[in-house]
Amino acid sequence: MTARVGVVTFPGSLDDRDAVRAVRIAGAEPVPLWHADADLKGVDAVVLPGGFSYGDYLRCGAIARFAPVMGELVPAARSGALPVLGICNGFQVLCESHLLPGALTRNRSLHFINREQRLRVESAGTAWTGRYTAGEEITVVLKSGEGRYTADAATLDELERSGRVVVRYTGGAPNGSDRDIAGIANEHGNVVGLMPHPEHAVEALTGPSEDGLGFFTSVLAHLAGTVPAGADRSG
Amino acid sequence: MARVIVDVMLKPEILDPQGQAIVGACGRLGFSGIEQVRQGKRFEVEIDGEADGARLEEVRRLAETLLANPVIEDFELRVAD
Repeated sequence: MTARVGVVTFPGSLDDRDAVRAVRIAGAEPVPLWHADADLKGVDAVVLPGGFSYGDYLRCGAIARFAPVMGELVPAARSGALPVLGICNGFQVLCESHLLPGALTRNRSLHFINREQRLRVESAGTAWTGRYTAGEEITVVLKSGEGRYTADAATLDELERSGRVVVRYTGGAPNGSDRDIAGIANEHGNVVGLMPHPEHAVEALTGPSEDGLGFFTSVLAHLAGTVPAGADRSG
Repeated sequence: MARVIVDVMLKPEILDPQGQAIVGACGRLGFSGIEQVRQGKRFEVEIDGEADGARLEEVRRLAETLLANPVIEDFELRVAD
């Protein structure tokens, strides 16, 4: 049976259509989800896309966190049952929801950064990265103004120790992120957030590479039971 | 009706590049002796009735739930005169 992957649209979401497209190219059935519906429509996994939900008012992701659709999503994600990928604004929503530790703050340079970005996949042990190899380098798009990942030292040490740093910027984080962290996972490996945009790198015509497709094919493999999350977080 | 002021500031250990940019502008504008600026947010919350203990506690919960992100920010409450 084809996996059904939901993509949430908040008011101000920007990359929901690209996320839907990436899900389709990966071979799954994309299911549009609406922020105001407290219903996940029985999907097998969810993508929280990039953009500027609720205009980024207050703080990025701070209001989206309380959207009706999050009511069902948060407990299912926290329990380890529901794979959730947060990209850019979606990562901010996951941190504001406390599904992931730390926070995303203003880029050190204060400039909005829009560039092709080289990343190193540090963990292939999550629901969203099982099709990669630890140490593999990929090129995807980074485009964000508040992408500087920060957390207290104890949290960063714990993320490193438990293999929950999922992707890291190579050549230094352009936004000043602590320890060059571009993406992290929760303790179950089912919830992953990252600042760069794998959904923009899924076909040669429009992306800098096809390197991002692996996030979407990985969750399909995970749902098919071939790559269990957390089975081997180190590699 | 009472008004409660909620001041939200980035924690001291969190980098504030906006504050640093303001310090840079101070120098260019001739405001000498400005060593550091940190930028925060101020919320003015109007509530029904008196700002008694229970209502203030409610505003405090609002602040820690929504107005501030306790991971990176501290907040202070006070009742406006």
